[in-house]
Amino acid sequence: MNSEEKVWEKVLIARHIKRPTAKVLIEYLITDFVELHGDRYYHDDLCMVSGIGYLNDLPITIISQEKGDTTREKILYNFGMPHPEGYRKALRLMKQAEKFKRPILFIIDTPGAYPGKGAEERGQARAIANNLATMIDLKVPLISVVLGEGGSGGALGIGVTDEIWMFENAIYSILSPEGFASILYKDASKAKMAARVMRLTAEDLYAFKIVDKIIPEYNGGLHNEHEKSFSELKKGLISEFNELAKVDSNLLIKKRYKKYRDIGIYEET
Amino acid sequence: MNDFFQDRKAKVDLFKKQYRKKKLEGQKVEIPEGLFVKCDACGEHIFYDDLEENLHVCPKCNFHFRLNPRQRLAITVDKNSFTEMYTNIASANPLDFPDYDEKISSYQSETGEIDAFVCGTGKINSIEVAIGVLSSFFMMGSMGSAVGEKITRLIEFASEKRLPLIIFSASGGARMQEGIISLMQMAKTSAAIKHHDNAGLLYISVLTNPTTGGVAASFASLGDIMIAEGGALIGFAGKRVIEQTIKEELPKDFQTAEFQLEKGFVDIVTNRNNLKNLLTNILKLHK
Repeated sequence: MNSEEKVWEKVLIARHIKRPTAKVLIEYLITDFVELHGDRYYHDDLCMVSGIGYLNDLPITIISQEKGDTTREKILYNFGMPHPEGYRKALRLMKQAEKFKRPILFIIDTPGAYPGKGAEERGQARAIANNLATMIDLKVPLISVVLGEGGSGGALGIGVTDEIWMFENAIYSILSPEGFASILYKDASKAKMAARVMRLTAEDLYAFKIVDKIIPEYNGGLHNEHEKSFSELKKGLISEFNELAKVDSNLLIKKRYKKYRDIGIYEET
Repeated sequence: MNDFFQDRKAKVDLFKKQYRKKKLEGQKVEIPEGLFVKCDACGEHIFYDDLEENLHVCPKCNFHFRLNPRQRLAITVDKNSFTEMYTNIASANPLDFPDYDEKISSYQSETGEIDAFVCGTGKINSIEVAIGVLSSFFMMGSMGSAVGEKITRLIEFASEKRLPLIIFSASGGARMQEGIISLMQMAKTSAAIKHHDNAGLLYISVLTNPTTGGVAASFASLGDIMIAEGGALIGFAGKRVIEQTIKEELPKDFQTAEFQLEKGFVDIVTNRNNLKNLLTNILKLHK
């Protein structure tokens, strides 16, 4: 296990104020990006930035969580915490992608689904659950990439995919280390300690066989150097989407089911 | 003047005497443990046998006491019809989380259960069902690998045997001590529900107090028919977390079963006394 300091450093890098957000990554990866808005029921959740465009010459759907850059933007994007409308927009565009046989790229970067009054009133739990159930048998290739923070159900709500990739300094956890510490140690200031025992680094998730690939970061992290990492990601995505396109869609969803079916470590006597 | 003080002293002595006497009498009529239960909601002292007869619902204020899986099964399935399954699956400690093993052992001896989910087959008014019950008495009904695996196996079994599926949820959400592996159980159980759904089979989700977090945001919200027990707490985020986030106090009925009915997320809110009849009617309609 990594030391407390080393893990905490990753948490700080994953949340670094200068870490490129989803739209920077979309701009790098996608040409002719057309953003699409709204869940068709209630609202457009801005932080779930979604749309269509080309990855190289492949038309794809992109669904991402945007944290925002400046303070003004961060407020506008609700710090990357989606409301139920965000998950419903994502769901609408997933079904649309399936209709037009477009593969989907998901970019995960959220502290978690928004814990607010309106979010509860409009069914945050149901919105996430619905996505989990729908994604498991979408008949197009799905790849998710954890860019910064993979915060709990908020991340998983767009994260049930054939391949899960993580940037080297990204984190993916059941709860924020602060939330975890306040529940288990009744003390949010013990977040550092929590972060270590939670096993939330890309390395940990790779070891648990939940994450399929780690995208290396250079020069101390994406906030210092992102082009090289993004270019490696792009190459990887092009080749993986190519491979997945060869798989018959029925086999694809069978494999996806098995991937999640096999997750769990328990004792059987 | 002297008289006044003496008079007063006599009165105080008398009072002391009576007070002590009362105290002694109070001790004499001490209630045998377990005979009476105090209602968590209205404070009423209820004769235990009356409470049990009323399916652990307070006769005065209708508060639904939490049930453990055995109590739940006893009032739900026909006598001697329950066959338990997957009793060989227990929690491991995938993250080597400090003190987790000890915690599991202590809950095991406290509840007599292996973990937080009990399931199998049974009959409800002679209709065969696959049935599972989460226990809020076992680590707050949290879903780790063992619970997730048992739930998934039960769902898959129901799909294979083409049985209606009923799951009683009572959970704080994912099990913190199993970290990301616990989170992934949400996807795993929801996936199995989707297959059951694709096969055209019935799933009745019964939400009991409390159903929150990762359980609310996965299989528990995916029922063809969603039933909630009166007064149950149902929601995604914890009330305290929401209040801290939005910096305002939430209304008293926030995230109750009745609130979820009003917002459109459950089909029916029912009193526990009516639940078996309700389940029977729904099952019959799908025969």
